Amino acid sequence: MSYLNSQDIHKLRNRILSISGEDVSKCIQCGKCTAGCPISPEMDLQPNQVLRLIQINDEDALLRCSTIWICASCQTCSVRCPEEIDIAKIMDSLRKLALEAKIPVGEEKVVKFDEIFLDSIRKRGRVHELELVMKYNLALRQPFKDAHLGPVMFTRGKLGILGHKIKEVGKIKEIFKNSRRIKQME
Amino acid sequence: MTESSHDENIELMTYSEIVEVKGFVGNFDVTIRKKPRYVDLTKCTGCGLCTEKCPAKVPSEWNLGMGLRKAIYKPFGQAVPNVPVIDKEHCTFFTKGKCKVCQKLCPAGAVDYEQQEEVVTKKFGAIIVATGFTQFDPSVYGEYGAGKFKDVITGLHLERMLDTSGPTGGHVVRPSDQKEPKNIVFIQCVGSRDESKGHPYCSRICCMYTAKQAILLKDHFPETQSYIFYIDIRAGGKNYEEFVKRAQREYGAIYIRGRVSKIYETNGNLIVRGVDTLTGKQVEIEADLVVLATAIVPQPDAIELAKVLNIPYDQYGFYSEAHPKLQPVESVTKGIFLTGSCQFPKDIPDSVATTGAASVRTCEILSKDELILDPKIAFVNPDICSGCLNCVEVCPFNAIESTVVDGRTVAQVIPTLCHGCGNCASTCRTSAVNVSGFTDDQIYAQVASVFEILKKESLLELSE
Amino acid sequence: MQVGYYPGCSLESSAREFDLSIRAVFEKMEISLREIPDWNCCGASPAHYLNEELAMALPYRNLVKAEEAGLDRVISPCPACYSHLKHTHEEVIKDSGLGDRLRTIVGKEYQGRTVSKHLLDFIKEDIGLDRLKSSMKSTLNGLKVASYYGCLTRLPGVDIDDKENPILMDDIIGALGGEPLDWSYKTECCGASLSVSRTEIALRLVKAILEAAKVRGAECIAVVCPLCQSNLDTRQGDINKKFRTSYIVPILYLSQLIGLTQKLGFTQLGLNRLIISPNEILLQKGIIEK
Repeated sequence: MSYLNSQDIHKLRNRILSISGEDVSKCIQCGKCTAGCPISPEMDLQPNQVLRLIQINDEDALLRCSTIWICASCQTCSVRCPEEIDIAKIMDSLRKLALEAKIPVGEEKVVKFDEIFLDSIRKRGRVHELELVMKYNLALRQPFKDAHLGPVMFTRGKLGILGHKIKEVGKIKEIFKNSRRIKQME
Repeated sequence: MTESSHDENIELMTYSEIVEVKGFVGNFDVTIRKKPRYVDLTKCTGCGLCTEKCPAKVPSEWNLGMGLRKAIYKPFGQAVPNVPVIDKEHCTFFTKGKCKVCQKLCPAGAVDYEQQEEVVTKKFGAIIVATGFTQFDPSVYGEYGAGKFKDVITGLHLERMLDTSGPTGGHVVRPSDQKEPKNIVFIQCVGSRDESKGHPYCSRICCMYTAKQAILLKDHFPETQSYIFYIDIRAGGKNYEEFVKRAQREYGAIYIRGRVSKIYETNGNLIVRGVDTLTGKQVEIEADLVVLATAIVPQPDAIELAKVLNIPYDQYGFYSEAHPKLQPVESVTKGIFLTGSCQFPKDIPDSVATTGAASVRTCEILSKDELILDPKIAFVNPDICSGCLNCVEVCPFNAIESTVVDGRTVAQVIPTLCHGCGNCASTCRTSAVNVSGFTDDQIYAQVASVFEILKKESLLELSE
Repeated sequence: MQVGYYPGCSLESSAREFDLSIRAVFEKMEISLREIPDWNCCGASPAHYLNEELAMALPYRNLVKAEEAGLDRVISPCPACYSHLKHTHEEVIKDSGLGDRLRTIVGKEYQGRTVSKHLLDFIKEDIGLDRLKSSMKSTLNGLKVASYYGCLTRLPGVDIDDKENPILMDDIIGALGGEPLDWSYKTECCGASLSVSRTEIALRLVKAILEAAKVRGAECIAVVCPLCQSNLDTRQGDINKKFRTSYIVPILYLSQLIGLTQKLGFTQLGLNRLIISPNEILLQKGIIEK
């Protein structure tokens, strides 16, 4: 059940507006976003339902869903939306709100992957793909996932055993330190 | 239409266009260009022999490119007058100097290649604009494939196919292979209710005509199954809601609430991918034919005509009414009336009603020798007027003109056109133009008395 | 001609052949590529997923580095890198407050002078199809190519082609003597990074793309994105196993196809690195000799 009350019915809509610049009150729920979403079959909440829950300030379901994490940011929804709402951007904003809320996220695997990815950048300035995949598999306790691809990737020279470290890697560490997850509005 | 061509009080000027409109309500001078049809109206009997024998064939505009017409042709069977016109761009004689079959065969000797255009200027008391609408071009939706996939058509195409006197003799077929379609998908709101394509409004008639088409299809071709993707069903007329329900209950039309995202094409088959927001799932339908209910948009030359008539129009090109609720058939310019979809998309009952209303309002003007006007209009004091004519520039209604008084150029208000907006009064540097009841002196007096009251109530400390 | 080059992380490892073929082809056309000195990762998807300011700061540093090195034009072969660079540049131009903030985070100021290009618009506008054709020593002999763009045309900041029915790659394939096929899956999503974290989704999506190409009669699929190439190429085996299909569709980079018409070497173009070998089809069409 969604409990709606006048005090905060616009709260989430306003928050998303201030973070992303996108106004979900424009949405008339035509569903074109869901219709074109390539990941729709695997989503627990459909894209139009995500926007609906923002409209009625139903935060709980939103921040726990897996939808916002398995969104591939392919931008199909944003480009076809008749109200020109950048839905992919709203998904980005919801991800950040979910992390900010420090609740169990709907798709641990994706967050884990992204965190290891970013960690690689922080330490080297660039992503070391082999290390990324290995660390990810270890973290998820599936050390042999995609191992069957290992040999063929190796023989084709696609593995890049040694990663690269840029000269100004210290600068990169600083950039990470100074960056805020959600930028402050003026 | 035929009645109008026989009425002794109506002069029908077809194949003509308005070139210039001067004057004002009750006294319009309208210049009309009567284009040459190269057939003498007074001699032609409408036998149709010329059309039958003409060798030049052109895709038919009336049938939206389905089927052909001749270079000498009537646009459609019931056209008024029952006289053909020669399409100069495609006529073998006009383009190559040969043929002349129509002239040779015409039993009334009505074909006249020398016919010239005629320009006439006549006086009219009022003008009614009924220039209608056209269809939005759906090919801007790359995801729908209109214009690319032959079997993606518009509602108007289907209408032509359903017409027994149409290009397919009433048979609905796939344009790609002429086979009869089984699964037909209708998509509502193509162009309408869409900010991104510049037409955020509802085109009003499409929900109803789609329901009608679904009913006709099932009635004529029981093997067909219609699927209709909609966002909302707009059925706000007498018996309209019941009609749509019939389409669903008695004619098996499946209504799916959601937009279509893309139409795919594999091996000549169309796959429509949309959504059913009520079940929360994507839906995919293999369609033999896809019918797009395209938005109603103003004619491509609507704005050009508006400028000739000097009537305002809105951001879409629809002509502006004087008041959206209380004066729906009057344009802002006095003496010019609007009816039908040139003002905004309308269905048949509303078009008939607004035409009746516009006609009656016209009679109001034509039946009197004098017009009663709102007294709150502008007036010029020629003694103070410097003749700078800035007021003429800023008047949105062309209601001020320059004139000569005592050898001096001064401004003069045309009372019948003035709306009392006050643009001229606020522009005038010498206070020569004022609006009756709102002269500068009267306004200053009002302000002064307000300050007096404030001073009295010690609400305002004025420095002495 | 000299132009800045931003290879991005993938082109250094799993998409090495994209980098090799671009360098080889550009060298052939006497265009000198200068890498942005000490460039960093653009942040790809994870940055904009998890951290707003980081997502712009990482590309911002690259823009600064490019400007410092005097590179007024920079080609980024990877659509994500291209989008991030271009979009960050545009946002900074629009919003000086954002520019100030990024300057504070990165420690240096970007003046706004770098023009970002992708391979496709660089070839169309800066090189031109005529000059491309004049560098050809052979043709693709009517090779039936399905051009696959992925989400490139829709990414933030990207406005190089029609978003629903792009044709830049098709035009280039046509100029190279190949037969560009019109198909409905040009811009369908390949699953992107879900290939690692939710493999089954990527498999479903890639299968649909392969099937559409196959039904259309494609002899290969041309791509301009390292992630698309990886998903379409490396996962064919997994797809065949899961869905009991038998796809063998070579997935080639556009730059490799260009290189073939310039008679550059099989290894030089990194064609030996593709998982699904293009050997057979290229021999069959007479594009390469034994």
